[in-house]
Amino acid sequence: MIKGYFGSYGGAFIPEILHETFQQLTAHYEAARNDPAFWAEYIALMENYSGRPTPLTFAANLSTKLNKKIYIKREDLNQTGAHKANNVMGQGLLVKKMGKTRVIAETGAGQHGVATATMAARMGYDCTIYMGAVDVERQRPNVFWMQQLGAEVVPVKSGSQTLKDAVNEAMRDWVGSMDNTHYVLGTACGAHPFPEMVSWFQSVIGQEAREQILKLEGRLPDRIYACVGGGSNAMGVFQGFLSDNGVELIGVEAGGRGVDTPQHAARIASNDASEGVAQGYKTFFLQDRDGQMLHTHSVAAGLDYVGISPILADLHVKGRVRFIAAKDDDVVSALKYLMKNEGLIAALESSHAVAGALMEMADIKDGSVVIINLSGRGDKDIFTIADALGDPGWKQFIAEKAKQYAGESS
Amino acid sequence: MEKLIRNTDKKILLMSHLVLGYPSLQANQEVIGEMVAGGVDLMELQIPFSEPIADGPMIARANQSALDNGFKVREGLAFIADTIKTHKIPFLIMTYYNILLAYGVEDFIKEAARIGVKGLIIPDLPPQEAAQAIGWCKEYGNGELDWIQLMTPTSSDARLQEIAGSASGFVYCVARKGVTGNKTDFGNELAEFIKRCRAATSLPLAVGFGVKSREDVAQLTDLAEIAVVGTAAIKIHEEQGAKAVGNFFAGLR
Repeated sequence: MIKGYFGSYGGAFIPEILHETFQQLTAHYEAARNDPAFWAEYIALMENYSGRPTPLTFAANLSTKLNKKIYIKREDLNQTGAHKANNVMGQGLLVKKMGKTRVIAETGAGQHGVATATMAARMGYDCTIYMGAVDVERQRPNVFWMQQLGAEVVPVKSGSQTLKDAVNEAMRDWVGSMDNTHYVLGTACGAHPFPEMVSWFQSVIGQEAREQILKLEGRLPDRIYACVGGGSNAMGVFQGFLSDNGVELIGVEAGGRGVDTPQHAARIASNDASEGVAQGYKTFFLQDRDGQMLHTHSVAAGLDYVGISPILADLHVKGRVRFIAAKDDDVVSALKYLMKNEGLIAALESSHAVAGALMEMADIKDGSVVIINLSGRGDKDIFTIADALGDPGWKQFIAEKAKQYAGESS
Repeated sequence: MEKLIRNTDKKILLMSHLVLGYPSLQANQEVIGEMVAGGVDLMELQIPFSEPIADGPMIARANQSALDNGFKVREGLAFIADTIKTHKIPFLIMTYYNILLAYGVEDFIKEAARIGVKGLIIPDLPPQEAAQAIGWCKEYGNGELDWIQLMTPTSSDARLQEIAGSASGFVYCVARKGVTGNKTDFGNELAEFIKRCRAATSLPLAVGFGVKSREDVAQLTDLAEIAVVGTAAIKIHEEQGAKAVGNFFAGLR
């Protein structure tokens, strides 16, 4: 196997100017991976700073209603409210080893940007976050927090002005700034070693979940559901169970307005994606006949992306992970259902995993053990979720607040 | 192309660049005519891609704008074929690997060879991934289609050797870190870098990234065989029209 490839996916399709930078990063990553002290330092940091291990919560009401044993892996309880913290803190430790002083990152919804900004604040790095101009408009609260944390937020006006364009812009920064700057890629995509390295930091999710379910149930689960945008939370939890062939692994992609419409972001669960190379790696992309990337859609900005982790692409081809899509409407229903029944406020991204599981619970026998990876919490995304729910009281509040601010500025 | 490049009495050759379909193929046709009349010796025609990671904001925007206007790769190739028939200078295609993949890499190279393209510049297909494509260039190009390798100031000497091993035609030297269009300081650092490139390859060298003025070109005269002018020409085209582009190139040497 060629280094950086997973089956025929992955690789490092990068401009020559970054060749040495990737060589250096790969060397540091490999050294860290071979050094048990590095992992110990990482775990200690995550325990102390991010509340790890996160609980595996028994969803008692759901379980009773559906006659299954449903567990929820609580990545929503991390620092900044999502699994993104695992990756950024890991890369932050590597940055120290590399002796760099500045970090840059792309962000879609803003979660990865906020997580990176907290890491930079804690570890003392300068920080620039690239965010599509459209997303800056949509996700003002996260922009606010990034700026409060001391990061510079650069709105990206090229391309479709969303996540993929933010990735391109961060790359453009990096080809000029690599001497003192590390690019903290937010998901298990991009050129080698990113897919492997991000998955490694996220593997803490699966390691904990495996230990926890064995302790709680005395056996492995029948199924695990995780949402898949780039794929880092799914890779995180799946890695704990890859060699347990009895455990079915299900990735839930963004079905948007339906995979029979052009408005979705389902690379594997639709028939619309094909193999390609973009943003440094080979995988399945939603692209046209000429190889131009298509516009994607999802109610969850974090899943609204054209590509998928090359590791997951390979696990799909090998038949180890099954992919399904959950539509926006079903996702919003799942979000409400989990809130009302378990008191858990899931992010819209993570609600895809919940929706996927709910869709399929009738197919498996009673008493089956199911884990849903709740990658992030939703209460911090109140603007987005209130929009998705179309809550009239909230709209009225915002209208009145707007009137008040307008009065202050006139 | 090596012979073509060596066989000149000019002190330095000029290579221009433009993005196909920006603002339109028709406008491209006009500006290509002006560039040739202005003395441009070689030309890079960029097939737009939605994810141009090696390009600066200006060229990236031109890529997106061409796509928004409905640019299609097959029309672009037909346009290139016509252009090659019309003008005598060597034309190269610059684009990203996914454009070749979607077309079929072998078919794309076969078509490029058939219509008389002299070189391919694919900045996101590094040498270690390019062996098969280089093989197809040789197979279908009969020595007339070069795979243009890029050397950069961050490449180690060993890496430069590796790149040189599969280079032909000329080598494209990226004058500095960063993306296309930013300012380059053509100082000692550049001279040092070019010296390292010379040590790695005996091929002619093209130097690009940020060449904007007669002074820039004059400074490159003793260093390189080809000066590459990209973003500056796009800017002049946008601000002053096609005629001004011809005058700009005529005034560079």
